Amino acid sequence: MKKLFLTTIVLFITVALFAQSEKYTAAMKKNLQGLDSGMRNPASLLTLANNFERIATVEKTLWLPYYYAALAQINYAFMQQDKDKMDGIADKATALINSADSLSPKNSEISCLKSMVASCHLMVNPQQRWQEYGAESASNIQAAMQQDTSNPRPYFLTGQGLKYTPEQFGGGCKPAKAQLQIALDKYATFKPASDINPTWGKEYTQKLMADCQ
Amino acid sequence: MKHFLFIILIFAYINTKSQIIVSGMITDNKNKPLYGVSIVLKNTYDGATTDSLGKYSFTTTEKGEQLLQATISGYNAIVQKIIIGSSPLNQNLSLKEQITELRAVVISAGSFAASDKVKGAVLSSLDVVTTPSANGDLTSAFKTLPGTQQVGESEGLFVRGGTATETKIFMDGNVVNNFFYTSTPGIATRGRFNPFLFKGTVFSTGGYSALYGQALSAALILESKDLPERTEADLSLSVVGVGGGIQHLSKDKKSSWGVSVNYTNLWLAFNVIKQKQDFFQLPLVNQGDFNFRFKTKNGGFVKYYGYVSSNKTGFRAADIDSINLKDAFSIKNLNTYQNISWKDGIGNGWKINTGISFSTNKDDISNETQDAENKKFTSSDPIYAYKNFTLANRARYAQARAVFEKKLIGLNAVRFGAEYFYSSEKSTYTLNDGTSITQKVDDHIVAAFAETDIYVTNNLAAKIGTRLEHSAIINKFNIAPRVSLAYKVGQNAQASIAYGIFYQNPERKYLPGLAGLDYSRASHYIAQYIKQTMGYTFRVEAFYKKYNNLYKTDTSFKGQEIAANNNGYGDAKGIELFWRDKQTIKDVDYWFSYSYLNTKRNFLNYPTAIQPSFAATHTASFVFKRFVLPLKIQFNLSYNFATGRPYYRIAKNAQGKYAITDEGKTINYNSMSFSVNYLPKIGRKDAKSFIVWVLGVTNVLGQNQVYTYNYNYNGTRKEAVTPPSKRFVFIGCFLSFGIDRTQDAINNNL
Repeated sequence: MKKLFLTTIVLFITVALFAQSEKYTAAMKKNLQGLDSGMRNPASLLTLANNFERIATVEKTLWLPYYYAALAQINYAFMQQDKDKMDGIADKATALINSADSLSPKNSEISCLKSMVASCHLMVNPQQRWQEYGAESASNIQAAMQQDTSNPRPYFLTGQGLKYTPEQFGGGCKPAKAQLQIALDKYATFKPASDINPTWGKEYTQKLMADCQ
Repeated sequence: MKHFLFIILIFAYINTKSQIIVSGMITDNKNKPLYGVSIVLKNTYDGATTDSLGKYSFTTTEKGEQLLQATISGYNAIVQKIIIGSSPLNQNLSLKEQITELRAVVISAGSFAASDKVKGAVLSSLDVVTTPSANGDLTSAFKTLPGTQQVGESEGLFVRGGTATETKIFMDGNVVNNFFYTSTPGIATRGRFNPFLFKGTVFSTGGYSALYGQALSAALILESKDLPERTEADLSLSVVGVGGGIQHLSKDKKSSWGVSVNYTNLWLAFNVIKQKQDFFQLPLVNQGDFNFRFKTKNGGFVKYYGYVSSNKTGFRAADIDSINLKDAFSIKNLNTYQNISWKDGIGNGWKINTGISFSTNKDDISNETQDAENKKFTSSDPIYAYKNFTLANRARYAQARAVFEKKLIGLNAVRFGAEYFYSSEKSTYTLNDGTSITQKVDDHIVAAFAETDIYVTNNLAAKIGTRLEHSAIINKFNIAPRVSLAYKVGQNAQASIAYGIFYQNPERKYLPGLAGLDYSRASHYIAQYIKQTMGYTFRVEAFYKKYNNLYKTDTSFKGQEIAANNNGYGDAKGIELFWRDKQTIKDVDYWFSYSYLNTKRNFLNYPTAIQPSFAATHTASFVFKRFVLPLKIQFNLSYNFATGRPYYRIAKNAQGKYAITDEGKTINYNSMSFSVNYLPKIGRKDAKSFIVWVLGVTNVLGQNQVYTYNYNYNGTRKEAVTPPSKRFVFIGCFLSFGIDRTQDAINNNL
């Protein structure tokens, strides 16, 4: 009887833990689907950002929820029509990134986000912010490339940046394509550590590539 | 029994699976729905985000007592205890707005913030160097903002009917004496400092903070850069000289040092562009500076800046009192300036901002009358005798200052501090006959000040301050209260008012004066409306300024004009407009300023209250910048206009009283300047060096400009004071190595 009781307790704990991790993965997957479809919709981005942040505050030791919360916030910031609002949202993203960073230091994916946040601040006033945020964006991309050489996203971001930089400033399709091609090659072989680890960017890379043809 | 427990547990587990809907509405304290509020059932994944109607709804399997949290940036988060039973739960919440820098009004009456970072920035250092009429001179660029006069015959900022000496310039809190090169007759000198030294500037044309004093009209508050972005070397080559420098940023990006040297020689420029004056000593400047900066443990900064320059110039101009004589004026100057400052957090929300500065200035001026062969001409005729002289000025200045700041709840803050300013100025005036007058004026100014920022709501804020000052020369205390209020009147728009009293000592050249002098005093009343986004700025400001106790001068028994009493007075009122637009036309940035000024004053030797000779009634500026990407060229144009200024001949009449014996008005002032920046290596990220070519032409149209008129000794002749040459053409090349300066140089257009 005692044995049965212990077994039951162990079973319950296991079930509970399993259920918790199941619940986590399920919640992440559900929101990731939303992220795939809602990437261009500000309202759903904000909802998703908050969803991920709620998961993050429960799963205090996992970097991915913070990562996705920040990613959604950054994309939400980029979609703002009113440039005056971008800084505040980018600051919110930075707080989330810092949490992710402390849980998983020197992470190539997180360095990509840091670069994106810097680009976000830069966009508010390129003329006066270039020196600070241009350099910050570039140095984080460099870091991302070095931290994980198989990660396609830093090349995608570089390519995307170049595509929208005027030719006279060294941008345009030609240099962009070179980077986007590297990104595509890396996407082809990139294996995420789990099915909820970052995989995004491939389709958009293909779209940019197609635009440049 | 054990089986029973097991069953209970299983039931309990299943039971939690039943879902309950929690919904409600989130509003602000004015009952307006809030969009984007994050609703969290604490320690669960459950929650929602409010829609545009402030509504939220989510399902949860949690039961019993739970905490519901609502957060959104800009509002105080709220945590509400709820009990989830078996039926849907409705929970409405109201959030209180936080007072944050992002939303709060900015106390801005009277001032233009200019910075590379701040949203309220009006002029960045890049704007300064690309404003063609400024020719790279910091203060000249501010002459394209409202409130300033287009005075060209002498240096400085003449603000709202005030003289140039009524505008004081501060670097990292400490006053900069000799900000400009020493005056030369009829030619405005430039500021000594490179615009790229500063990260931020506040140009206050009135109503400035109690932290600053000894300026009746305006304060130009400069804040030096913290750390350079990266290590770089610069080289400049131009028609006026050569220069070079290094800025070194340490690997850990926590400290930096820099050194630069410049050699200026106008030989080439003056040989090509004919000057009105006959230069026997071409303007020559040797200048060097050194800086170091480091970040402290708490994120504060220690910054040192040291500057030394020597310069000389000498020229002959026709003597106004005779047909064939010339006045030969020459000056040799040696100037040093050092400033060390420390800014840091010292715990518990306290901040310290302290600095010490030390500077010296040495002028050796000589003037002589010369004949047609450029030989010295001496005469005992008093008309000429006083024109043969040497003047040696020796000055030392030191200042120490400490400001403590305590951040209170929200953005509320208190600031207080004290400063001590020491000046010692000695001048020896020697006439040709050997008569020599030496005067030494020492002053000790001690001041204490306190100020508080009060944010009632995000929409209403006040800054209240007061300053207590004591100058040894005057030997009296003065108390100067300052108040400003700002009220937000809509999205991106706010209205402000300001009031303040300002005191100033007599100008050095009228000292030592007669006994019993008091401070001059100005009272400012300012009302402002400003609407500003990232793309444009619209600003309108009205002011009234009342002057009391202005200095009246008289001739001393030694023949010098000295401060005699405080019986002067005056006032100034006006309206100013400013419009800057960076968004309407692609790749174009332009601004327009207009100032209306109505001022009269009775000071110095003025017999009565008159419009001073440095004040024009209407002043306007237009600056236009356009970058043409395919050409890699930026075109800059500026147009400055001012209506004619009055001029007077004031002399003592038979009764020994000053009187106006002649007066007039100059023609309107018009000047169009143009500059082109060519950046051939733009965008070439692989380039080891970066080059900016600059071509600048002032007064492109060659319009006639008359600043004022000089009279001869008996008023029978007058002569227009005009610029030394009709135009000036600047051609230069700026190279930098080690970094891509591309974006820094143009990029109005990304």
